[in-house]
Amino acid sequence: MLDSKIPAGPLEQKWSEYKGHVKLVNPANKRKIEIIVVGTGLAGASAAASLAEMGYQVKTYCFHDSPRRAHSISAQGGINAAKNYQNDGDSVFRLFYDTVKGGDYRARESNVHRLSEVSANIIDQCVAQGVPFAREYGGLLSNRSFGGTQVQRTFYAAGQTGQQLLIGAYQALERQIALGNVTMYARHEMQELVLIDGKARGIIARNLVTGNLERHFGHTVLLCTGGYSNVYYLSTSGMGSNVTAAWKAHKQGACFANPCFTQIHPTCIPVSGEHQSKLTLMSESLRNDGRIWVPKKQNETRKPGEIPEEERDYYLERRYPAFGNLVPRDVASRAAKERCDAGYGVGTSRQAVYLDYAEAINRYGRIECNKNGIANPSPEIIRRHGMDVVKEKYGNLFNMYEKITGENPYEVPMRIYPAVHYTMGGLWVDYELMTTIPGLYCLGEANFSDHGANRLGASALMQGLADGYFVIPYTIGNYLSDEIRTKEIPTDHPAFEKAEKVVADRISQLKNIGGTKTVDHFHKRLGKIMWDKCGMARNANGLREAIVEIQQLKKDFYNDLKIPGEIYEMNPELDKASRVADFIELGELMCMDALNRNESCGGHFREEMQTEEGEAKRDDENFSYVAAWQFAGEHEWVLIKEPLEFEVAKPSQRSYK
Amino acid sequence: MEHYKMNLTLRIWRQKNSETKGRFETYKIEDISSEMSFLEMMDVLNEKLIREGQEPVAFDHDCREGICGTCSMFINGRPHGPWHANTTCQLHMRAYQDGDTITVEPWRANAFPVLKDLIVDRSAFDRIIQAGGYISVNTGNAVEANSILVPKDQADSSFAAAACIGCGACVAACKNSSAMLFVSAKVSHLALLPQGYPERKTRALNMIAQMDKEGFGSCTNTQACESVCPKEISMTNIAKLNSEFILAGLSD
Ligand SMILES: Cc1cc2nc3c(=O)[nH]c(=O)nc-3n(C[C@H](O)[C@H](O)[C@H](O)COP(=O)(O)OP(=O)(O)OC[C@H]3O[C@@H](n4cnc5c(N)ncnc54)[C@H](O)[C@@H]3O)c2cc1C
Ligand code: SF4
Ligand code: FES
Repeated sequence: MLDSKIPAGPLEQKWSEYKGHVKLVNPANKRKIEIIVVGTGLAGASAAASLAEMGYQVKTYCFHDSPRRAHSISAQGGINAAKNYQNDGDSVFRLFYDTVKGGDYRARESNVHRLSEVSANIIDQCVAQGVPFAREYGGLLSNRSFGGTQVQRTFYAAGQTGQQLLIGAYQALERQIALGNVTMYARHEMQELVLIDGKARGIIARNLVTGNLERHFGHTVLLCTGGYSNVYYLSTSGMGSNVTAAWKAHKQGACFANPCFTQIHPTCIPVSGEHQSKLTLMSESLRNDGRIWVPKKQNETRKPGEIPEEERDYYLERRYPAFGNLVPRDVASRAAKERCDAGYGVGTSRQAVYLDYAEAINRYGRIECNKNGIANPSPEIIRRHGMDVVKEKYGNLFNMYEKITGENPYEVPMRIYPAVHYTMGGLWVDYELMTTIPGLYCLGEANFSDHGANRLGASALMQGLADGYFVIPYTIGNYLSDEIRTKEIPTDHPAFEKAEKVVADRISQLKNIGGTKTVDHFHKRLGKIMWDKCGMARNANGLREAIVEIQQLKKDFYNDLKIPGEIYEMNPELDKASRVADFIELGELMCMDALNRNESCGGHFREEMQTEEGEAKRDDENFSYVAAWQFAGEHEWVLIKEPLEFEVAKPSQRSYK
Repeated sequence: MEHYKMNLTLRIWRQKNSETKGRFETYKIEDISSEMSFLEMMDVLNEKLIREGQEPVAFDHDCREGICGTCSMFINGRPHGPWHANTTCQLHMRAYQDGDTITVEPWRANAFPVLKDLIVDRSAFDRIIQAGGYISVNTGNAVEANSILVPKDQADSSFAAAACIGCGACVAACKNSSAMLFVSAKVSHLALLPQGYPERKTRALNMIAQMDKEGFGSCTNTQACESVCPKEISMTNIAKLNSEFILAGLSD
């Protein structure tokens, strides 16, 4: 049985009630307690800084050379908050409701409501740190809209919101390092969790510069290690993003929840060839002003500019008049796939659709000419003014597109296609963000919590920072107040010794395979299986095949892998190999979860379960639960269900028509 | 865009670790597509080296989209290669022609020791931030966001300085290995905002002191940094830093 520890009482009072009664740790005792924070992206850096400010002794780890490089840095579009600065009807309730509905009723109401409640504090905190959000001429903060909502609640810093938020959290973290409250271990990768008497008490980390294994003790361990999109090989994630920390915890008893819930983002730059190493996102904010279309004729060969208006199919506007180009990501992605599969795709691969800014440039140009009192402006003048506006809003994204494709998006429409972008699944956590292992917490994208089956844009940054700045500082006290008598456990304790040996054996096993194929060879094979059979559309047969193929892949990996170099030196190929080993096991579980969930919801689309119009068909009667998987031995898992109850946001068929 | 294939000669700096001496090695590589990114070309080289039983070239990278600041190659004498306002990972092979020779080295600066091949240790940058590159505000201290008004032009200038990705190209380009562009970007980002105003004097003094301590050289205004900075951080930030610094010195 899973105890989600949701506080009693009405939804809107749960969090204040909880905070009012949660146990505290007094300042003198905080100084004696050591907290390990693995990962220093938005979730980890905000948690580590906040806990250190409170007086705890913190140790942090990241595989990057600096906390400032975490994958959070690449978030582009923005962060949501229920500030209602635009007076357009936003509120804590509406943000809560949009998020539960956007997640297709597969998230916990209590968590989502708390997230909405603290959202406004996040913006206050970030502004105080010096995050340079976009502003209006009067000096007030500016907002824009994002997919899946009808209000403007997204705060942003051009197309670099993640960068600016992460730099804010990073600076707060560096300040605590300078004060001696945090010890930072960069270029260190967690390889194992250490359990003593059933509680999380430390980690084994590999120093990526020397290859040495190190033992670290903590009264408690927080995993803030990000998402696992790279199981697909190609994704918008950073190249090093991995599941290893979460996976090692899973194999020691932490349940993994909803692993098959992955988000495929509709607007990414299409694959250009076999050599492709990663995919680049074009922020969803582009859908605010850009229009998505394909030619009405199959296998069209004309250039986009030569196709007249009436021969274009603005398929999102056609199918979903209420939300148009701003439908949620899962809906937009599937619609693009549907058009391309039907033969209307564009570009050499025909696996792309157009994202067109011509109309927006014209519209903004007219407004600017009006503002500047330019009477009867020529089309050229309108265009120039319009381009200036578009450049200010989206300039860095347009530049990025041009650098990658060599095409100028101010002149020709961009070509886009869906790509793997975010993982809603992750370690199961209760209301306090604790996993099923006592003393082990999980924050940010690495946990499964708040986004259900589909995450709305601009809400991952919100969740990561909510977890780190405003949730864990309260909930951790409830556990640590009982730990004040626990003395630091020396790392020559047998549990540390054993864990280190497990890691050393695993590494030498990988190194000594002595096969013929590189890590990337296996990673690409895995990615292809996952994308073809557990990607945008899934069916029972395909998933069964995928499981068999992955099991075979695992055998091949352990028979034929080749890792150059030595163990005790900097060895990026070895780092990659140990990550891919875990991705292979995760891939199998994702397919099992997708097979078990015989319904379509959010990003999980089972072809067997669709309406006549091709929309997703949810099955609330049988699947209104969180699927938490417990590891039970190689290729074996036990499913534990956490039923979801909706007292306030009653499930309805999600409609964006 | 017309795509084409090319054969190239690569001269790459190889160094086992920070204790050993490095040297250039030459590699031939074939059938590189103009659509590849520079790092994808390096991936192709590495796959080939591994298959042939040689050690692949170690290099730093993560986001591969120009924002994390991890990638750091000195290509044909220029940090991040030939394109303006660009990172190594965003450089694409259409910048080269069949038959070209490309020389690739790590950042060279005393404060950035080589760890392996093309990977250097840039933790000195983190320590400069620790010396004062922040606003002293604890979680929970903040006031309502819109109670702080920031004029748009000031917010925009602050943002332009905050766009620095901490890559270190400015240091690699500078004949004195000065970190002034990096430091000045942070000082400007924070000093331009009302929230950062109170600490601006100590911030400038402490960050510069740390910069000197790390062994970065001094700025002699050659402007090499600005011309290679992938985020177009402007030299005017250095002027601003100097004035903050003088101001701080005078009031002490
Ligand atoms: C291109 C892109 C654009 C996005 N845009 C938006 C947006 O506009 N709005 C939005 O809300 N969300 C956006 N997202 C999603 C959002 O950025 C992420 O979900 C979020 O930043 C994740 O933060 P995190 O702190 O959980 O993880 P990360 O930032 O991924 O941090 C993970 C940390 O863990 C460390 N780590 C990992 N494994 C180990 C290990 N084994 N040992 C030690 N350390 C480890 C890493 O070094 C890193 O420090 C975007 C995502 C992408 C890919
Ligand atoms: S100032 Fe420019 S070159 Fe220097 S670290 Fe920042 S982004 Fe890189
Ligand atoms: S790899 Fe991130 S900036 Fe180049």
